[in-house]
Amino acid sequence: MNVLSASHINKYFYEPEKFQVIKDISFEANKGEFLSLVGKSGCGKSTLLYILSTMDTDYDGSLIMNGQQLTGKTQDQLAAFRNEHLGFVFQFHFLLPEFTVLQNVMLPALKLGKYSAKEIEERAYQKLKLVDIHEQALKQSSKLSGGQQQRVAIARALINDPSIIMGDEPTGNLDKKNSEIVFEIFKQIAHENNQTIIAVTHDPDFAKGSDRIIEMSDGQIISK
Amino acid sequence: MNLGISFQIAKTHLLTKKSQTLIAMLGVTFGIAMFLIMISVISGVNKFLEDSALDATPHVRIYKEITSNHPSLIEEANPTNFNVIYHQLPKNELSNIKNGLQIAASIEKEPSVLGVSPQISSQVFFNKGPIPVAGQIAGVEVLKEDKLYNLKKRMKSGSMEALLSNPNGILMGKILARNLNVKVGDKITVTTPTGSLKLVKIVGIYGFGIQTVDGVKCYANISMVQEILQKDKSYVTDIHIKMKDSQAALNYAKVLKNQYGYKTQDWAEANSAFLAGDKIRNGMVIIVSITLLVVAGFGIYNIMTMNVVSKMKDIAILKATGFGGKDIVSIFLIQSIIIGFFGALLGILFGFGLSYALSTMPFDAGDFLDIKTFPILFQGKYYVMGMAFGIITTIIAGYMPARKASKIDPVAILRG
Repeated sequence: MNVLSASHINKYFYEPEKFQVIKDISFEANKGEFLSLVGKSGCGKSTLLYILSTMDTDYDGSLIMNGQQLTGKTQDQLAAFRNEHLGFVFQFHFLLPEFTVLQNVMLPALKLGKYSAKEIEERAYQKLKLVDIHEQALKQSSKLSGGQQQRVAIARALINDPSIIMGDEPTGNLDKKNSEIVFEIFKQIAHENNQTIIAVTHDPDFAKGSDRIIEMSDGQIISK
Repeated sequence: MNLGISFQIAKTHLLTKKSQTLIAMLGVTFGIAMFLIMISVISGVNKFLEDSALDATPHVRIYKEITSNHPSLIEEANPTNFNVIYHQLPKNELSNIKNGLQIAASIEKEPSVLGVSPQISSQVFFNKGPIPVAGQIAGVEVLKEDKLYNLKKRMKSGSMEALLSNPNGILMGKILARNLNVKVGDKITVTTPTGSLKLVKIVGIYGFGIQTVDGVKCYANISMVQEILQKDKSYVTDIHIKMKDSQAALNYAKVLKNQYGYKTQDWAEANSAFLAGDKIRNGMVIIVSITLLVVAGFGIYNIMTMNVVSKMKDIAILKATGFGGKDIVSIFLIQSIIIGFFGALLGILFGFGLSYALSTMPFDAGDFLDIKTFPILFQGKYYVMGMAFGIITTIIAGYMPARKASKIDPVAILRG
């Protein structure tokens, strides 16, 4: 069953001069699939990921996720969609430094408002346990190490049980040991929770371990 | 949109940067406190001046206007002819109100009238020794005059009632008495414009706290003034009226004018200079207050803009995790509103404290005003206004940075 379908995506950069960065890309992703998006720097893989993330709306083509046509929706509608259906893990963790680890994880769920604050707290603890960081839950997020923060970011991405989790070089800034931990967590999420993962990576080991590798070059997919 | 979560984020942002929050608040506090002090002082001064001016002026004054602007008999008889008249002299005209006492008595029966005092007033010279000092003498029925102007309360020495038992007594304004160097019990000579002299005894000295009254006016018995002016017992030149409601006087003056055909003057007309001053001072308060609030607003604008710039990453991640534009606006707007609310609250406390302190401070205005401390008016509506101004200013000043925050493109920041 496919959860994501992108068809005929084209994108141009206009600065400093017109340049086609994504060239007529179409692909699909299935439920519970762990996808790696690889390619040389500047091949457009990150750009593609941000189009898939719905944050970049400046493209041609059509994007369907969870059966919803997302192309053409307003920013606020897309924000609500991201809140419920998408999770993000970036190269840098991007936690809110003033908040505790627990609060960081809870925020997207509080925004969604599907559960009561007490239930959300319980669920946040569960997610933190999954990434094995629950002992630090009440610490200020800025007091954690880089690897720990990245795991908190994964817990945050998981809090609303999104169908797709996107990673922009999620292990790019981590040492080998932490990279392995993150990789294992991703694998577990995909295979046990049946959530789809699409990750841009430069790490060949990470890519090799995933279910499918999509390789890009020069704005085009050269192998699926 | 979920305001609870926005509020929680706003609160955390404010509390983690306490000193910055406090500085922004103090900007509002200072603006509101100054606004309150200024408006309290100026409205206090206005009220004091208005009260003291109104105390000493009748609500309506009826008098006869003497002019020499009369058409000649020939002009009246042959208005279409070409008439040449040389050296026309004005006819001798008395400045009295005919049947003044009866008019006064009938006005007094009106239920809306507090008191009526018919009087005879004339320019005179006061002589003590060789030097004449110009002044004014008002012949009154002193008990009626007291009902209008609270004379008894305004006595500085001697007594008002002494006038009743002393037909040749006068009550003198305190500045005039000081200029003449006389005190209660002294005798001075009064010279009328027609040349008659009278030796009178000072039985009391009063002070209204208004230079134009205390420095020129004397009260005497109406019969004595009629006598020195060589007029009969029914001769009155002015009728002073106090109403129960001062606003009603404005209309009543016109009614009286039509009814009796004499010139009338209401208190607003008599004090138009004071009332114009009121307007100017109130205008100044508004201008200075707006300036202070705009300055406070710019302070908040700057701090909130800095806040937004330093929180770009946080905003991007909030947007990525599903917070919409409205959520971002509300997060930053709530911060401004909290700053504005507490800043204004603090400003109200400071403003009240400082204006209270000022109201107890001694203030010597000399003879010009009868006043001991700064006149300050405490009015709830100014405090409500201050609070509202403070909050509105911060909302306006905070909205622009908040909107800017909501327009941030998360992709540009997250891609690094």
